[in-house]
Amino acid sequence: MSAMTEQTDPMIAIQGLHKTFTLHTQNGATISALQSLDLTVSGGECVVVRGASGAGKSSLLRCVYGNYRAGGGAIWVRHQGAMVDVAKAEPRTILDMRRTTMGFVSQFLRVIPRIPTLDLVMEPLLTAGRSAEEAREQAGTILTHLNLPQRLWSLAPATFSGGEQQRVNIARAMVWDYPVLLLDEPTASLDRENRAAVVELILAARSRGAAILGVFHDREAGDAVATDTIELRANRLAA
Amino acid sequence: MTETPLLQATALTRMYGKRVGCRDVSFDLWPGEVLGVVGESGSGKTTLLNCLSAQLEPSGGEILYTRRDGRQVDIFALSEGERRLLLRTEWGLVRQNPRDGLRMAVSAGANVGERLMAVGARHYGDIRGQARHWLTELEIDAERIDDLPRNFSGGMQQRLQIARNLVTSPRLVFMDEPTGGLDVSVQARLLDLIRRLTRDLGLACIIVTHDLGVVRMLSHRLLVMRGGEVVEAGLTDQVLDDPQHPYSQMLVSSILPV
Ligand SMILES: Nc1ncnc2c1ncn2[C@@H]1O[C@H](COP(=O)(O)OP(=O)(O)O)[C@@H](O)[C@H]1O
Ligand SMILES: Nc1ncnc2c1ncn2[C@@H]1O[C@H](COP(=O)(O)OP(=O)(O)O)[C@@H](O)[C@H]1O
Ligand SMILES: [Mg+2]
Ligand SMILES: [Mg+2]
Repeated sequence: MSAMTEQTDPMIAIQGLHKTFTLHTQNGATISALQSLDLTVSGGECVVVRGASGAGKSSLLRCVYGNYRAGGGAIWVRHQGAMVDVAKAEPRTILDMRRTTMGFVSQFLRVIPRIPTLDLVMEPLLTAGRSAEEAREQAGTILTHLNLPQRLWSLAPATFSGGEQQRVNIARAMVWDYPVLLLDEPTASLDRENRAAVVELILAARSRGAAILGVFHDREAGDAVATDTIELRANRLAA
Repeated sequence: MTETPLLQATALTRMYGKRVGCRDVSFDLWPGEVLGVVGESGSGKTTLLNCLSAQLEPSGGEILYTRRDGRQVDIFALSEGERRLLLRTEWGLVRQNPRDGLRMAVSAGANVGERLMAVGARHYGDIRGQARHWLTELEIDAERIDDLPRNFSGGMQQRLQIARNLVTSPRLVFMDEPTGGLDVSVQARLLDLIRRLTRDLGLACIIVTHDLGVVRMLSHRLLVMRGGEVVEAGLTDQVLDDPQHPYSQMLVSSILPV
C-alpha cells in the first residue's frame, strides 16, 4: 500500500449499523437506538456526532469500541494495517484493538479504587509495552497539560471533583497516540480553560493523523475540532 | 498474538447423579487473560472451576492445557503424578475457604515457603526472604511470619493463601470467590495486585465470583452461568453494560450502580 492511499483510506467504516435494546426485565420492550447508520472517518478527520439526548450518540461510540454489541451491520476499524469488523470480532481481538488502536473517553471515570492518578495514566502505556520511565514522563506531561496539580498525582481520583476526574479520564485515553479516538462528551464538567486544553489535545491528535469520532455537549468545543458533523435523530420503537 | 490458547475447554459436563453440576461448557483462555465466571449460588461455578483445575473428574468433555514447554496436554489423560506436577509448577489454586488451601498446623512463613521448596528452592534465607516479601505484598505484617494461620483472622488467612499461591509465579491461577472474606480496602489492594501481576507476568486467571464489581475491575472476559450452563459470554464490559440474555440482564439490574 502506498503512503498516498494510506492517508485517504478510512480508519473507521461503518455500514448499515443497527442497535436495538431488548429489555427482558421490562416485558421485552425494545428501544431502537441506531438504524442503518453509515459513516466513515479517515485519518486526520474528526467527525462530530450531534443529536438530542437519547438520539444514540453514546450507543454509536460504544458499538465502535465493542462496549455495546452491534445488532446488525459492520463496523470496520483499521487495526495494525488490516480492517477488522468490531461487530464480529472475538473478544480477544477487541481487547488487542483497545490496547493499541482505539482510545475511548467515557463520560465517567470507572477505575480500581486506591490506585494513584499517575499510575492510572501510566497504565495504557505499560499495557502497550512502554518502559516505566517513559510512561511516567509522558503521563506527567499530559497531566501537566491538563492543569491537574502535581500534588494530586499520588492520590487516587475517587475523591476528586468531577472536572478533575474527567481530566484523568482524558489523560488515560490520550496519553497513548491511538490511531482511533472515541470521545463521549470529553469537555463536559470542565471550565473554559480546561476545555481549551482538551480542544488543543484533540487538534494535536487530528494533525498527527488520528481518526476521531466525538460527541460534545458544548457547540463551541465541537465546532473547534470538527472536520465534519453528522446528526442523529431519536427513533424509539416501543413494542 | 500467541497462537495456542493456554486452556481449551470443550463441551465440559459434570453430573452429580441426575443433578447437573455444569453442562456443555466450552471456551478458550489465552495467556495473560483474566476470565470471570459469575452466576448465583448453585449455578455451577465451583463445579466448573474444580473440573478445570483437575480437582474433579468431568462426566464428559475435554480440557487441553498448553504447558510452559509448549506442549498441549489433555488434563485428564495425564497421570496423577503429572497432574500434581502441573498444579505445583504451573498453576495456583485459591480456594473459597482458606482452611482448605492452607496447612493450619505450620507457620505462615512455612505455608508460603513450602510451595517454593516443592519446586526446588533450598536456600533457607532466600525462601524466608520471599515469604516475607509475599506476606507484605498481601498486607500481612511480616513480623507474623512464625505465627500459625489458625491464629489469623479469616481475611488474613485468605491473603496468606493467595501469597502461598503467588510465590511460585504460576502461569494460571484458579480462584473461587477470592475476595469473599476480605475487607474492602484489602479487596481493592488485592484487585490491584492481581491486575498488575496479570499484566507484568502474563499471568492468566479464572475467577469465580458472585460479585459483579470484582469482575468489572479484574476480568477481561466473562461467562454468565445459570443452572450449570453458560448463558452468555463476552467482553466483561460488554456483558455488564449491554447484557443480551434475560438472565444476565436480571443479574446486572439487580445490583446497585457503582
Ligand atoms: N445499555 C442500555 N440498555 C438499554 N437501553 C439503552 C442502553 N444504552 C442506551 N440505551 C437507550 O438507547 C437510546 C440512545 O441512548 P444513548 O446512546 O445514550 O443516547 P445519547 O448519547 O445520544 O443521549 C436511549 O433511549 C437510551 O435509553
Ligand atoms: N458434591 C455434590 N454432590 C451433589 N450435588 C452437588 C455437589 N456439589 C454441587 N452440587 C450441586 O451442583 C450444582 C452446582 O453447584 P456449585 O458448583 O457448587 O455452584 P456454585 O459454585 O455456583 O454455587 C448445585 O445444584 C449443587 O447443589
Ligand atoms: Mg450520551
Ligand atoms: Mg461456589
